[in-house]
Amino acid sequence: MNIDIQPFIDRYRAADGNIITLLQDIQHECGYIPEDVVFALSDALDIPASSFFGVATFYTQFHLHPRGKTIVTACCGTACHVKGAERIIQAAERELGVTEEHPTSEDGQFTLERVACLGTCSLAPVVLLNGEVHAKMSPDKLRREILRFKEAIHD
Amino acid sequence: MTETIIRVCMGPGGIAAGGADVLAAFQSGLADAQVSATIENRCTMHKVGCLGLCAKDVLVDIIRNGDKKTYELVTPDMAGRIITEHVIGGTPVAEWLVKDDYHAFHAKQVKVVLSDCGAVDPESIDSYIAAGGYAAVRAVLTSMTRKDVIDLIKNSGLRGRGGAGFPTGVKWENCSNVDADTKYIICNADEGDPGAFMDRAALEGNPHAVLEGMLIGAYAIGARIGYVYVRAEYPLAVERLNLAIRQAAEHGFLGENILGSGFGFTLRIKLGAGAFVCGEETALIASIEGERGMPRPKPPFPVYKGLWGKPTVINNVETLANVPYIIRNGADWFASYGTEKSKGTKVFSLTGKVRNTGLIEVPMGITLREIIHEIGGGIENGRRFKAVQTGGPSGGCIPASMIDLNVDYESLSKAGSIVGSGGMIVLDEDDCMVSVAKYFLQFTQAESCGKCVPCRVGTKRLLEIMERITNGNGQESDLDLLVKLGNDIRQTSLCGLGMTAPNPVLSTIKYFRDEYEAHIRDKKCPAKVCKNLLTFSVIAAACKGCGACLRACPAGAVSGEKKKLHTIDQTRCVKCGACFDACKFKAIAKD
Repeated sequence: MNIDIQPFIDRYRAADGNIITLLQDIQHECGYIPEDVVFALSDALDIPASSFFGVATFYTQFHLHPRGKTIVTACCGTACHVKGAERIIQAAERELGVTEEHPTSEDGQFTLERVACLGTCSLAPVVLLNGEVHAKMSPDKLRREILRFKEAIHD
Repeated sequence: MTETIIRVCMGPGGIAAGGADVLAAFQSGLADAQVSATIENRCTMHKVGCLGLCAKDVLVDIIRNGDKKTYELVTPDMAGRIITEHVIGGTPVAEWLVKDDYHAFHAKQVKVVLSDCGAVDPESIDSYIAAGGYAAVRAVLTSMTRKDVIDLIKNSGLRGRGGAGFPTGVKWENCSNVDADTKYIICNADEGDPGAFMDRAALEGNPHAVLEGMLIGAYAIGARIGYVYVRAEYPLAVERLNLAIRQAAEHGFLGENILGSGFGFTLRIKLGAGAFVCGEETALIASIEGERGMPRPKPPFPVYKGLWGKPTVINNVETLANVPYIIRNGADWFASYGTEKSKGTKVFSLTGKVRNTGLIEVPMGITLREIIHEIGGGIENGRRFKAVQTGGPSGGCIPASMIDLNVDYESLSKAGSIVGSGGMIVLDEDDCMVSVAKYFLQFTQAESCGKCVPCRVGTKRLLEIMERITNGNGQESDLDLLVKLGNDIRQTSLCGLGMTAPNPVLSTIKYFRDEYEAHIRDKKCPAKVCKNLLTFSVIAAACKGCGACLRACPAGAVSGEKKKLHTIDQTRCVKCGACFDACKFKAIAKD
């Protein structure tokens, strides 16, 4: 564990003692929820680790593994679905060499995630690349975008 | 002196289409032209919330001495000419103005919740106040009793816009009648339905109206603390809400002794962590308390025993945004829109295969035909209208034959669907209804919290049957089994998620039984969507031997020499459709 958990504990105690807020705080700092941090917090606060993991696995926002540098978020909302989101996801999986079970590429550069709906349905199908909205996607267009990111890594 | 206002759409659609770049282009263009200084032209510009027709974003309004012109599909490089010719010269650039479909899109709409959205600057409380904002809360706190407010909302006929349609005034009255020292009001902004974005647009386009509605609700029930539970996936909505809360506090609309009335109210934001079930009242409460968002049995209802065991009213964003306008204009005004039992207007996000996608607000009772063919401009690419899905994963599909159905709580529910939060997804002949039903079931099954057996196990079994059917392994008895199991889940689940999860399946079986039968008996998907029932092959006459399909195929199933006919090895084909997408000559057949 290479982070100091004391500030998290202080903020947790100062606020309303909310596990969700605490986990959001950790993820904001680390990018994910490291297992050893959870056990350390569990000891320090005398809260069972299962309470943390229970919350962390319940909400889609929390990640228990490190994520790639570039996050590809495919919207799976209804409008995107009927306009071909599934084919876009398959193209991204092939291009990045990832699966739903192993969403991060081996070199740790890319993570492919799905989101229920981004609320930009009139631009469907939508993909986010590091949070930036790319509208009216096609498998081909996404492949080109991913290549652009890959080239940027090698430059 | 000429007075010009420039409004750039920065709603969800506007931003995604590049609204920020357009805004910047206008700003720098105006600075270059030194409009304010050189010619007698006072020019203000601001970003506004959703202007509605997202398909034509970025939309820009130029209001010159009160004369409003709207430009569609604006890109940054168009700003210069608009400034020179229109803002300075006074002659609009005719070919870039919105066309007839934009006017048709707005003709049948009635805006209440969205009336100021697109006109006021969502980042300025002064802009909202200038448009009449916070007058309702002033009237309530200085001249109305709690009972007056509740009676007015009851008389208006306002019902919850989050899905269930419970009368808002009755909810407030029930909570108001409970004697307790602490009560809470919560704004449910956990808009989780895929295909719905009206709450997002309301929060981003006019956050102060939601705040004002909450203040009035808090006064009516006697709550001193409120929470806005908002999705973390909506960062801009959170940012604008935070700003709105700060501004409201600075203007004395939040805090102690508001407007000298002795009434005090504070407001906090809670970020949702991503769980669809948290849209359910009791699950949302559990989530605010920091726990897994699992629903609790009702009764006790939250109005009696809610957040931390205290009486709590939970209202949806759109419900609350209606409140200030009802107070300002009166119950009769609001009740003059809509049908006998469904009063007022409803915001829908109209998406899918319709030409004019976007956010619409219509009086309750309008027909589906008016929405799809007049406001929506009909089906895109000349395809045939097949069905419309309303109410998201809890709703159902209404077939083309029922296009004259009225859109209100009662009529939709009679047709096997719901108004829900207001997603409206139009489907055409290329959509497979079995696949659409499976899609929603996948969603609800994944989002089931697992607390009660009917929902946890039942939706899983339903999904397995749906998968079997779309994979070509369906059995004759499956349809009856789906209906029986679906009805059991409906009747025995703990919360609304489970109770409504079978709706997409049941409504599609009711109206599109023949499609299910084609999948089960003929092992064919009539809409050519379910990939395991498809065969990809090369059309010899059209193949140019370019090799695009060969390169695209991830399974090495395509073979053929350059400039010669290619073939697909069916034993190796994974049916991904990459060859179909890659072929420029329409030489891949999908059957």
